[in-house]
Amino acid sequence: MPGGKLTRRQALKAAGALAGAGVVSRWGRLVDLPYVYAQATGAPPLKIGFQVHRTGIGAVYGKWYERTAAAAVRTINGMGGIGGRPVELIAEDDGTDPKRGTEVVEKLAQQHKVEFIFGTLFSHVVIAAAPRAGELKIPYLVVSEGYHVASGTLNRYTFQPGITDVRAQVTALAPWIVKNLGKRIAMVFPDYAFGYDHRDFFGAAARRQGGEIVALVPIPPTETSFTKYFPKIPRTADVVYHVMVGPGVLTFVKEMGEHFGRRKPKLFGFIDSLEGVDIGSPGLEYLDGSYLWEAFPRYAGEYNTQWEKRFRDAVGVDANGASKSDPKDVSTYSHMFGVWETLFVIKEIVEKSGYKSPKDYRAFIETLEKTEKFDEGLGHPQGPKRFVGRLHQVFGQQFVSQVRGKKLKVVHRTTIDDGMYPPEADYTKQPL
Amino acid sequence: MAPGRVTLALHLGVPAVLGLLQVVLPPFHHGMLTRIMLFATYAAGYNLLLGYTGLMSLGHALFFAAGMYGAGLPVYYVGLGPGPAFLLGVAASLLLAAGIGALSLRTTGVAFLIVTMLFAQVGYLATLHFNRITLGDQGLVLAGRLAPVQVGGWTLPLTAPAVRYNLALAALTATLLGSLWLVRSPVGRVWIALREHEERTRMLGYDPFAYKLLAVVCSGGVAGAAGAAYALLFSYVGSTFASILYSIYPLLWTLLGGAGTILGPLVGTAFVTYAVDTASSLTTNYLLIVGVALVLVILWAPGGVMGSVRARWWRELP
Amino acid sequence: MTPVGQIVLALLEGTVSGLLLALTAVGLSLVFGVMRIVNVAHGEFFMLGAVLAWVVTSATGSFLAAVAVAPVLVAGIAAAADRLVLRPVRYAPEATIVATIGLLYILQQLILGLYGPEARAVAPPLAGVVEFPWFGYSRYKLVAAALAGLVLLGTWRLVSATTLGLYMRATQQDPEVAQAFGVPVHRVYSAAFALGAALAAVAGVLVVPVQQAHYLMGLDALLLSFMVVTIGGLGRLGGTLVAAFLVGLVDGVVSIFFTPTLARIVASLLVAGVLVARAGGLFDGRGG
Repeated sequence: MPGGKLTRRQALKAAGALAGAGVVSRWGRLVDLPYVYAQATGAPPLKIGFQVHRTGIGAVYGKWYERTAAAAVRTINGMGGIGGRPVELIAEDDGTDPKRGTEVVEKLAQQHKVEFIFGTLFSHVVIAAAPRAGELKIPYLVVSEGYHVASGTLNRYTFQPGITDVRAQVTALAPWIVKNLGKRIAMVFPDYAFGYDHRDFFGAAARRQGGEIVALVPIPPTETSFTKYFPKIPRTADVVYHVMVGPGVLTFVKEMGEHFGRRKPKLFGFIDSLEGVDIGSPGLEYLDGSYLWEAFPRYAGEYNTQWEKRFRDAVGVDANGASKSDPKDVSTYSHMFGVWETLFVIKEIVEKSGYKSPKDYRAFIETLEKTEKFDEGLGHPQGPKRFVGRLHQVFGQQFVSQVRGKKLKVVHRTTIDDGMYPPEADYTKQPL
Repeated sequence: MAPGRVTLALHLGVPAVLGLLQVVLPPFHHGMLTRIMLFATYAAGYNLLLGYTGLMSLGHALFFAAGMYGAGLPVYYVGLGPGPAFLLGVAASLLLAAGIGALSLRTTGVAFLIVTMLFAQVGYLATLHFNRITLGDQGLVLAGRLAPVQVGGWTLPLTAPAVRYNLALAALTATLLGSLWLVRSPVGRVWIALREHEERTRMLGYDPFAYKLLAVVCSGGVAGAAGAAYALLFSYVGSTFASILYSIYPLLWTLLGGAGTILGPLVGTAFVTYAVDTASSLTTNYLLIVGVALVLVILWAPGGVMGSVRARWWRELP
Repeated sequence: MTPVGQIVLALLEGTVSGLLLALTAVGLSLVFGVMRIVNVAHGEFFMLGAVLAWVVTSATGSFLAAVAVAPVLVAGIAAAADRLVLRPVRYAPEATIVATIGLLYILQQLILGLYGPEARAVAPPLAGVVEFPWFGYSRYKLVAAALAGLVLLGTWRLVSATTLGLYMRATQQDPEVAQAFGVPVHRVYSAAFALGAALAAVAGVLVVPVQQAHYLMGLDALLLSFMVVTIGGLGRLGGTLVAAFLVGLVDGVVSIFFTPTLARIVASLLVAGVLVARAGGLFDGRGG
């Protein structure tokens, strides 16, 4: 943790003072005050490009990613910036579209002349845009939880240092599910890449624990009615493992409740489907008593650390995981911390590697690749992390929560080791 | 009828200006224009069908995607070189266009629109269904698997901006001049006659089905060429490009720029791309601005930009 | 579940989704038929209905208020769009497509700005499940389907037995002759456009307790409606209704046998096949 107590208190003060000035509104752009620091310190600002899903199917996540990024930049600037330079965040919307995503990478790199690009979430946008970042030779730090970074598909310039990938998540969770909920598992997942990561890696992990996948039920992402899929789930299944993305999840849960009635199997789901959704929403009653994966507990006090509190406070999230100014505006708490942690990784690695300008990309990349862990702290409120340089991927702890009385109570926390898998890729062998 | 000297000068002049622009453009706009030229090629292919033959398809994403996957999959799996991969992509789209065209052309009007849309949806869903090969919506990255083009003793890496730009320019120029030649050839005359009055054309002894099929094949082939070029130049193949949006885009670009004009699709593509890019720097709700712009342009110029130029100032504009 | 249970479920689901789809599709069919234009923004009226249903229900606590208010508001928006955009381009088919794509962006982005990107749920006005021997089924969905049926019946009455309906049918057959006989063609166009939008909005309101309101929900509704209208025949309300059932059932039954994506491939091919095989029979080729 760089900086002593005094710095931290100053940081909080500064963050508070800036909270009113840094405004993210739906209608306007991100208004921040980097130039104040630029004038105060005399150092040129460090421009960081933020590729954000403001529109399109990823917009709920994008909204919270943007709020989190703004909070992290305020906090970092309150601590004196990165390597003595104030951070200037330049956000561009990619419409959650691969073509526009590629253009945005070019725009950030070539027109805005940023030194780092970060923040992309949806995997098809990451995968289309990452090759351009590689060609332009600019560090591209995604916050996407897909397995595409660790799989070796991308390139030397693309990293995922702020959020654990799906393969690690399901590897960590499988033993708990098989042991506590049952061996015969039916999987319901979206019929696209994100779902396939679950299908392939959870299935394998569950079998290693003696579990059995009794049904695979892929559902097209555009589906709006789910009743017709439930007959595919055998009555003998102990557990329905569900991961859905997109606006259909409430319908899914409601129709599952109507279909199974009291004869319900045990349920294990992924919070991905309920990010931005109030657990008390009409229709979700059926989830009561069921279990959900969380990367970072949405309800305050479930992971009780000072860093969690400071993160929650800085982003403006209340005890129930919603916006402080609008209790109906529920956050994407299990993902957005990755944006915060990624910005702090940039800070830590820039300072550790002595990075001054794009001429020092080699130092930045090699230093990051040699980094083996990130300690829990202000920059890593979700918990300690292990970083595997050859995979460009970070690993962290996971949580299992139970839905109780329209809230989520943490019942299990995995270790980082639970999620480790044998590495396949090695980016460090690629030329810079 | 030979094109007038002024007309020819205009249509040679536009590619020449685009060729010169690469020297002065800053890198970002250089890249933008590369993509605009590729998508304008796609739109120009679409225009052969919509603008000159009067057939409105909502399924061209299928042909674009056929080119993209036809070129991309062999590169990804067997390391085929860019030249043969490009030709495979074009061949795939030509084949599909012939098959789909033969079926869809049994219908007319809105039914044609819907049938082409349905076939395109089938193609889109197929890219998802065969996800173990295509990797579905996530798509395939070709970077690192693509050999550079060898021309004579020269080695041209496809990812070099200048190579990319000039290949896109070549595709666009070939399409624009090819279209100009086609629509002034006897075949093109029949297409236009079909657009204006199908029954009368039939009575003159032309087989409407054969000529329309030819239009679908030409148009689909150009779309496929654009798709193949996109895959090879931008190292990415993904199902988004097979989705309905990429059938709507060429329709929008062509109508906005002026259907039935050679330069209309280029104007439309450039306009929409830059409208999105500029507006997105000003506000989150940039698509709102784009929407308003579309409405205003169409209120002011219902025939599209170049269509209005033709109606008001230049009646001979092809 | 037994095969009988599966088939009962597929039939039930097909009927319910068919009736709701029919509402949106009949709206599009009416606009197609009377005005001979392709309204690409039709799905956005469906979305507006759903979003307004959430807004009104949240404000008043009454879902019934939403059923009453939302379609009227949407009809007003549609009438304004007709007056400000479509009439000035004289309903030229190609200009209309660009204009309605513009309208689609405008409505979608306004809702994104004002309502946000979240999918929001409305509690169904009546809870409970009807227990079948094989599965449970939502009581609300059955009621919503019945309501949709009533609205369709009302629309059919309106078109077949009122002066406005007569005007619409006359305009559909030949706008110039209709005008010569004193039919206020422009006002008929406005009325048809507003009515078509209102029908889509009713469908949007009815699905919110089942599906949630989301700003991108219009596109799928539009594509399905297009399909249904084309199979059913331009402007033929009866045909549209039959086609909506057909599409609902094909989707439901086929997905018993195949994985969903394959089911959609097969269903799309089937529908395309029907259109190709019966070209000219079901459809007269006007418009577009």
